[in-house]
Amino acid sequence: MQEPANQVPPAIQIDSLSKTFAGGFEALKGVSLDVSKGEIFALLGPNGAGKTTLISIVCGLVNPSGGTVKVEGFDILSDYRETRSRVGLVPQELTTDAFATVFGTVRFSRGLFGKPHDDVYVEQVLRDLSLWEKRDSEVHMLSGGMKRRLLIAKAMVHEPDVLFLDEPTAGVDVELRRDMWNLVRRLRDRGVTIVLTTHYIEEAEEMADRVGVINNGELILVQEKNALMQRLGEKRLVLKLNERLDTIPPTLSEKYELSLSDGGETLTYVYDARGEHTGITGLLSDLRDANLHFTDLDTEQSSLEDIFVNLVEQQR
Amino acid sequence: MNIYAIRAIYKFEMARTQRTLLQSVVYPVLSTSLYFVIFGSAIGSQINEVDGIAYAAFIVPGLIMLSLLTQSVSNASFAIYFPRFNGTIYELLSAPVAYYEVVIAYVGAAATKSVLIGLLILATAYFFVDLNIQHPLIMLGFLILTAVSFSLFGFILGIWADNFEKLQLVPLLVVTPLTFLGGTFYSISMLPPFWQNLSLLNPVVYLISGFRWSFYGEGDVSILASLGMTLGFLAICLAVVAWIFRTGYRLKP
Ligand SMILES: Nc1ncnc2c1ncn2[C@@H]1O[C@H](COP(=O)(O)OP(=O)(O)OP(=O)(O)O)[C@@H](O)[C@H]1O
Ligand SMILES: [Mg+2]
Repeated sequence: MQEPANQVPPAIQIDSLSKTFAGGFEALKGVSLDVSKGEIFALLGPNGAGKTTLISIVCGLVNPSGGTVKVEGFDILSDYRETRSRVGLVPQELTTDAFATVFGTVRFSRGLFGKPHDDVYVEQVLRDLSLWEKRDSEVHMLSGGMKRRLLIAKAMVHEPDVLFLDEPTAGVDVELRRDMWNLVRRLRDRGVTIVLTTHYIEEAEEMADRVGVINNGELILVQEKNALMQRLGEKRLVLKLNERLDTIPPTLSEKYELSLSDGGETLTYVYDARGEHTGITGLLSDLRDANLHFTDLDTEQSSLEDIFVNLVEQQR
Repeated sequence: MNIYAIRAIYKFEMARTQRTLLQSVVYPVLSTSLYFVIFGSAIGSQINEVDGIAYAAFIVPGLIMLSLLTQSVSNASFAIYFPRFNGTIYELLSAPVAYYEVVIAYVGAAATKSVLIGLLILATAYFFVDLNIQHPLIMLGFLILTAVSFSLFGFILGIWADNFEKLQLVPLLVVTPLTFLGGTFYSISMLPPFWQNLSLLNPVVYLISGFRWSFYGEGDVSILASLGMTLGFLAICLAVVAWIFRTGYRLKP
């Protein structure tokens, strides 16, 4: 296949990637995925789905069993220097050198990734992550959340084009999580491609441009977050009634999936946003015919979590 | 070549040495001094010359080798075992470094440290005995070559070992006995013929002999045999390291 010469290659290009561990366990079963430049991509999946394995192969921590991976057009095996100098990794586990200082260990990472000494840049990264005050502390004296930030600093300090965050918010408080997302957005504004894994659906929902759902080593689905939610989401139409209702009239409950809450003041209609006919128009006119009036109306989209649970269950 | 990476690892390792200065420098110097006192002065005064060299002076090259080998092996093995153990190896494996750069940095740092210790012990020896080194440059060359070879060996050990016990067992059960039986305290020619021949299978004999030759102009085996043996050992270690990184043995699942 001939690609046009002037075409920008995707940040990450994964083709039929498979991994069978020494024990014979198949952790990845032919995963193909492209992540474009400057995108925030969320990899979502339950424990053991293969998220870390996938990231580890791209970063060079695990040998692939089959398939190819390219980063910005370079092969991760034959051009590993090119790919690895462009990639930063924040691992899932908090692993740090206990006795190095914060400043020292971040400076070390920059050198390790082949960048010349630049203490001004190191300082900027530490300030960005609110670690500057701790620069002379030994790493083992940091709290868990600070260690997490330190790992991010280490992964960013060589100015990578692609950043992998493997469950960046595990064990992180609300404030730090917000800081982290701000940082991710800033990085994206600089053109950095970000791939993050998470169990927290709200995170993917809040952060990602696109979401990939992985389960049992297979990428079940990749989609724009908005499109995904729209296409797969169930929606709820919530009506505030102006009169308390004891039971739903049978003429309505036979035709529509309705439920009452708030002591009979709220009527909820669940419909499938994917369907051609949502039934909303029909419901509204049937309500009028039943002489039921409402003061307020709202629709709610189901969360990624609902979608996700749905997908994983469909697959079983 | 990723010079920055080599420098970063090398400096990191040397900083680790500074943090553990007591156990990594003071201990070998102190223990060797004890050997000098016991074997050189106390027992050595009862022993006549060996191969025409005063006994206290005779044991100096062997004692330096003893420390050099154990220090090289333990430094290098620990340096690479520890990141594997605590997980920080992820950074090394994800970095744009070639295996030979990793090896240069780790082995270079471990060898630097043991050469310094070797020189320190040599300086200590001057307090106890009259020394006259005949081939100082060759002596230094042997010192460096041996430090590099055995640091490389230690590096392999640190990758192979999957627990602390194995890490300590090999130096204890293999390196130390081979060094003691390698002619540190005696000349191989003092042994009965059978043991003499058996000793020639011990690679450390060649190291100590060559090193002693650089001091006094004579050894148990010829200097060329010593050099050949050391280089051979180095070559084997290099081949093993190359294989380790090519296959990801014990480094990458
Ligand atoms: N080194 C290994 N040897 C054998 N099996 C492994 C190895 N590493 C991972 N696995 C297996 O591969 C599967 C995928 O693991 P992976 O760590 O990629 O999951 P994950 O999606 O990151 O899960 P989590 O959300 O819990 O982090 C798991 O079943 C795991 O047990
Ligand atoms: Mg994981």
